[in-house]
Parts: sequence; C-alpha cells; structure tokens
Amino acid sequence: MKMQPTRAKPEHSRITHHRTVGFGYLAISLSAVAAGTVLSLAMRLHLAWPGWSLPLHGPILPEEYLALVTMHGTLMLFFVLTVAPQNGFGNLILPAQIGASRMAFPRLNLLSMAVTAVALFVLFSAFIVPGGAPISGWTAYPPLSTSSLAGPGQGWGMDAWLASIALFSIGSTLAAVNTLTTIVKLRCDGMTWERLPLTVWSWFTAALLSVIAFSVLLAALLLLFCDRHLGTAFFLPHTEWMNGVLRQHGGDGSPLLWLHLFWFFGHPEVYIAILPGMGLTSMVIANFARRRVFAYRLMIATTLLIGLLGIVVWGHHMFVAGLNPFAGSAFALSSMAIAIPATAEVLSWLAMVWRSRPQLTTAMVFALGFVSLFVAGGLTGPILAQPVLDEYLHNTFFVVGHFHLIMAMAGVFGLFCATYYWFPLMFGRALSERIGKVHFWGTIVFAYSTFLPMHFTGLAGEPRHYAQLTGIPGPTGTLLAATMPLQRHITVSALCLGLAQLPFLLNLLLSVLRPVRTTKNLWNATTMEWAPKTDKLPAAYRGPCHYSQDGNEFAPQWEEPSSTADGGA
Amino acid sequence: MQQSSAGVSYFWHLPANASAHGLALDNHLKLNLWIAFSLLALLHVLLMVGLIARRRAIRPVHKLTLEYIPLIAFTALFGTLAFQAQRLWALERYTGADPGAMQVEVTGMQFAWYFRYPGADGTFGNTSLSLIAPGEGNPVGLDPKDSYGRDDIVSSQLVLPADHEVDLALRAVDVIHGFAIPELRLKQNAVPGQAVHVHFTPTAPGTYAILCTQVCGSGHYRMQATLRVLSQAEFDAWLSAEERKAHDAAVGAGR
Repeated sequence: MKMQPTRAKPEHSRITHHRTVGFGYLAISLSAVAAGTVLSLAMRLHLAWPGWSLPLHGPILPEEYLALVTMHGTLMLFFVLTVAPQNGFGNLILPAQIGASRMAFPRLNLLSMAVTAVALFVLFSAFIVPGGAPISGWTAYPPLSTSSLAGPGQGWGMDAWLASIALFSIGSTLAAVNTLTTIVKLRCDGMTWERLPLTVWSWFTAALLSVIAFSVLLAALLLLFCDRHLGTAFFLPHTEWMNGVLRQHGGDGSPLLWLHLFWFFGHPEVYIAILPGMGLTSMVIANFARRRVFAYRLMIATTLLIGLLGIVVWGHHMFVAGLNPFAGSAFALSSMAIAIPATAEVLSWLAMVWRSRPQLTTAMVFALGFVSLFVAGGLTGPILAQPVLDEYLHNTFFVVGHFHLIMAMAGVFGLFCATYYWFPLMFGRALSERIGKVHFWGTIVFAYSTFLPMHFTGLAGEPRHYAQLTGIPGPTGTLLAATMPLQRHITVSALCLGLAQLPFLLNLLLSVLRPVRTTKNLWNATTMEWAPKTDKLPAAYRGPCHYSQDGNEFAPQWEEPSSTADGGA
Repeated sequence: MQQSSAGVSYFWHLPANASAHGLALDNHLKLNLWIAFSLLALLHVLLMVGLIARRRAIRPVHKLTLEYIPLIAFTALFGTLAFQAQRLWALERYTGADPGAMQVEVTGMQFAWYFRYPGADGTFGNTSLSLIAPGEGNPVGLDPKDSYGRDDIVSSQLVLPADHEVDLALRAVDVIHGFAIPELRLKQNAVPGQAVHVHFTPTAPGTYAILCTQVCGSGHYRMQATLRVLSQAEFDAWLSAEERKAHDAAVGAGR
C-alpha cells in the first residue's frame, strides 16, 4: 500500500520540517568539521615541529597527541562524513527528489537529529572531564579501551566517547529507518525504482548499510561498557597484567571479538560516508555534460553491489591481527572484488565526460575532483587488500594517505559539490562561480600535496599514532627521523589546505551580504528537486538526464510529455 | 618486472630489505605501486583529453566496448595481482615454522618489548602474569619453581643469527601491541590471552628497528627495540655469554 504524498496533508510544525532537520544536521557537521580540522592541524604542527607550543596550552604531550588523533577521527568519521552527506543533504534534497513533501516520520526525524546533536556535545565533553579525551583512536581496541589503568583519558574520557557513539548509533539507525521508509513509501506517481536518481539509490544503499552496521556497533558498545563497569570479559582474557596491576575477570574472552564487531560496522561505515558522493558525482557529471548517465542500470547495480560487498570485507582490517591466515585469504578475495563495481563506476564517469565539452561550473569541477581523488585513493585499496602487502603497510601512513584521499578528501569534495550545486535550493541564492573556482583549485592542489606524500612516509616505515618522530633512540630513531623533511612538507600543505577554505567562507559571507537571488532551475537540471512549485501533485514522467543530442534542450522528470516528445525511460 | 634497483627503492622510499621473504614481497609491492601510479596517470590523461577535445554527439556505443571489456581487463589484472599475493601469503603463513627453527618468545607490555630464549635445555620455563615484576628483573613473569626456566634468557634486544629460520611466539600482557620490523617486512599483532606465531629468516647482518604498530597508550611512540642480526659465529658467542649470565643469576638468586 502506498501512502499518498499530498501537498494538502497538514504541514507539520516548522521544527519537524525536513529542511529544518537537514540544516540542523549540517550545523552539527559544520561544528564538527571546524573542530576536527583544528585538531588535525595541531597534530601536524606537533609532528613536524615537536617543540611547538600550542597557544594558551603549551607543548603537546604524547597522550594529548593521541587524544587529538582519537577526537579528530571520531568527529570527522561520525559527525562529518556520516552526518552531512547522508542525513544533512539527505533531508534537504531527498524528499523533493522523489516528489515527496516530507520525510516519512517527521517527529522521529527531529528526534534522530536531536540525539545526534546531544552525541556531539557528549563527545566534546570528553575534553573537559578528568583525565581528558580518550587515546585509543576511533577504533577503541580493547583492552586499551577497557580500563583507566591503560592510560590517561581511558577513564571518564572513554566513557564519554562510549556514550557519545552509542547515542550516535541510535540516531543514525533511526535516521536510516526514516530514509528507507521515505524512499520505499513516499515516491510520487511515476517515480519508479528505475527512474530514481542515482543520489537516491546511494542514499538508499547507505541507509541499508546504516541499519545493519550501527545496530551491530551499538551492541558492541554495550558489551564494551559491561567489560568496563560490570566485570564481564567479552573482549578481555581471563587474566591481564596492566600497568602493574593484576586484573582477573569472570570470563575469558578475546579482544579479537571487538575487532570483528567493530570492523563489521567500520567498513560499511566508510561506504556510508562515500556512497552519497558517488551518486551525486554521477548526477552532476551527467547534468553538466548534458548526457545520460552511462549504463544507468549497471550504475544502480554497482551501487548496491558495493554496499553488499562492503558487509563482507571487514577482515581486511585484521590481516595481521592474529586471525587464521586462511581467513586473510578469504577477506582478500572479497576485498579485491570491490575493485570491480568501483571500476565500473569510474568507467561510466569517464564515458560521460569523454568529448562532452561539459559546462565547467564549480559543482562540476568538484565532481571531477571527486573522480580524481576517488581513483587516487581507490587504487591503493587493492594494494592494501593483499595480505602479504598489508603485512608491510598495515598501520603505516600509507594507510592514512589511502583513506584520507578516498574517504576524507573525496567525501569532502562530494560535500562541496553538493553545496555549490544545491545552494540555490537551500537558500534561494547562488554562490559566486569565480570564487568557487579559486576554492576548488586551492583545495585539490593542497589535498594532493598533503596526502600523497603520506604514502611515501608510510612506505618508509612511519607507523600511525606516533606522538613523536624525533628524539627516539636506536635504529627506530634513524628510521623515523628520515621522514622529517616530508613531515614538514605535509604540515605546510595541510595548513595551506586549511587556508584554501577561506574563499569558501568568503563565498558564504558574500551570499549573505550581497545575495544573488535565484529560484529557477539554475543548472537546467532534470531531477525533481528543481521542479517549479505548483499546486499540482508532483509526478515523474521519465527517468533523469534526458537531453537532446546537442545538450541545449532537455526534458525534466516533472514535465508532462507533449504528444511528440519522448515517452521517457 | 621491476628488479630491486637502488633507484627504484629510493623513489618509493622503501628501506632496504633484510629478510628471505622480503625480496619477493618488495617486487610484488613495487609492481603494484607502478600499476596504481600508471592507472592514476592514465585516468587523468583521459579526463583531460576528454574535457579538452571537441564535443562529439553521443554515438550509440555498445556498453560492451566501454564498460564490459575494460571491466574484464581490470578483473584479469586485479585477479593476477591477487593470485600472486595469495601465493606469497600462503608460502609465508600457511605452514608453521620448520621444526629446526630457533624459538624466541616475544612479550609486549606498555611500553617495552622483551625477548626470551629457552636456553641450553631448549625448553621455555613456565611464566605467570602474577609474577611479572619488571622492577625486580622479572619482566615476563618467569616462575622460579620451574627448573626449565632457570636457563631462560630474557633480553631487551632481539639478537638473531643470519640465514637461520626463527619462530617467534608473540604475547602481550596488557593491551594489543603490534610487533613490526620494517626492514624484515614483518608485522604481526600480539594479542592478550593468546600466543601468535610468525616465522621468518633474516638474511643481512645489521641493526634494525623493532616498532610497536598498534596504538597501545601514551608511550606507544617510544615502544621500540633493536634487532641485531649477527653471523652464526657471533651469535653463538653472544648466546653462550647470555646463558652463562642467566645461569649465574639463577644461582645467585637461589633458583
């Protein structure tokens, strides 16, 4: 049975409106990305110049460095890359794109956003609790994460982290249920599954993954809480000797169980972060190249396939964790397999761009930048998926470079693409294209300049999570000190990458001070969110991306076919 | 394809390899890196040319040409790489060490590595977590009542003979630690509550870095040790000297 999406339906109050919730999510992400960026720059400055003293604070201690790493990763992965593409833009754009006037459960929607906001406050509170923020990284491996004996920040700070991520899991699961229900139930007349834009397909796939992944994470967090406070030993062996204290537990568990549960969540999580960007890139390239998305049904299939495979590859994070080596071979196979649907997506993007003379708007160049970064970061994926190579590369900066290119930078380029593309719909005004281009070039140049050299320091042997690379005795000191020239280059590039965001802020500011108002279909787009407001019920008459051969004419999804025009997909 | 020439290693910043399995690993790694590098370059060439070239109307190209044939080519390429990687992984990890391999136990704790040799009797003595006392010279918790343990050698340096296979048993007493020797192309986590075995053969005498590669607490960055690979004769001399010291210490302590 299909719920009837009608404009006549009584509007919910403004605070449960999906746009309000969407902006709320974006505000959460903006505060998280600002904080996370500052933390990363402090880390980089400390690594390159260990004597550097943080203003109003002093030199950064080793445990403070690890707290910065942990909070940076947690903020960026959860509160930026999961929240903004999936729930921020999901709420702002998704209903209109399927011809609906609202999300399926408006009050639940507001609740999930509020829970996520509380989660962010709880996470920030880790900075001010006794002992400070946790030091065990965003992966929180036990036993390090199970006891305050293991180090500063592992007491109150770790509890705050646990509470925050548990709340976040609840919020994300609820939001995903809402997204799925909206897509399944509220599509307007004529919006068949095949006519859904690829953005909707990727939100749909990411929401499916969210439901599966975050519910498992929530369970794992509860078990970890029990290990910390209720004397259980799900993730702990029977006896441990920690920091001079002999600890005995009732049970006899294994830290490897946490690794399995965490990465069962963790790998789908990174696809939740990147899938919306992939869908948007497809649609934006098609829009400005004035071409149909190449191999549309194959693109739908690959989106779903990437999601499906994403559930069965978690073991590639554990090649050297102490698994049976046969398990390594199995996870290597499933991980390598992801290269195939991912390659299919890239081929489709290339085919669309090829000799299309696209209109190089800022949104378009960010989509092309997404392709570039996605491939640059993606090509090292199959390398890390080979257990024998991971034996050398695991937990080095090669991995840090890899996931910052494909997840962080490509993810952020997806977000910028979305911002420039949908800004007229969000605020009724357009961003400056000229400043946008400056923003793009600065960002892509310094993104590469920051994250490509990390592959080299990793190949040279630099491990992750090292609070200091100088002043270490023995051959280790020699090995690490050899990376220092590149470390300084990376830090300077990272600072420039930060500065390269000033044009974006200027652009936002100018849109407030000197607004260029626009409400019309600025990009000649074909998808439903650009349909002019009418009193009629929205209906879709064809699939997206119908353009004439020369690209000058187009048939949007909402336009009723004239007697001579094409009937659509 | 790429033989390990100094110039290529320098380009990829790989430290010199000092293990028997490392050469094949390096060659496979460099092959992978060059392929990734070439494909990245190819993509950007295609993107640039595709953007610059004059617009051409879409011709009814079959999906086969643009999508499926390249996909099959990529599948073959990634399949070949995966196959070779699997072969190397199986050689290295699918079977245990040779029975004649030298036994060394590695213990990780915040923030140090300890190495234990079984001594003249070739048998490790019992240990217990409750007996761990780094301040009293018993960092791995040797049981003084077990006679097998009397000749055990505990060292803060890993000393190994060149060209002799070693079987390491990795243990951790508190949190997960990552045992890594970059120059030996070796990495394996030590997990509390279980012993994980890795085996390898160092080939080039020298001094090498041992790191911790799994974040283990505030001192993670300084949890390092030194590996000394010696010639067989030098190693035998070191071992007998250590055995004498261990024996004297045991006698002195009344064990």
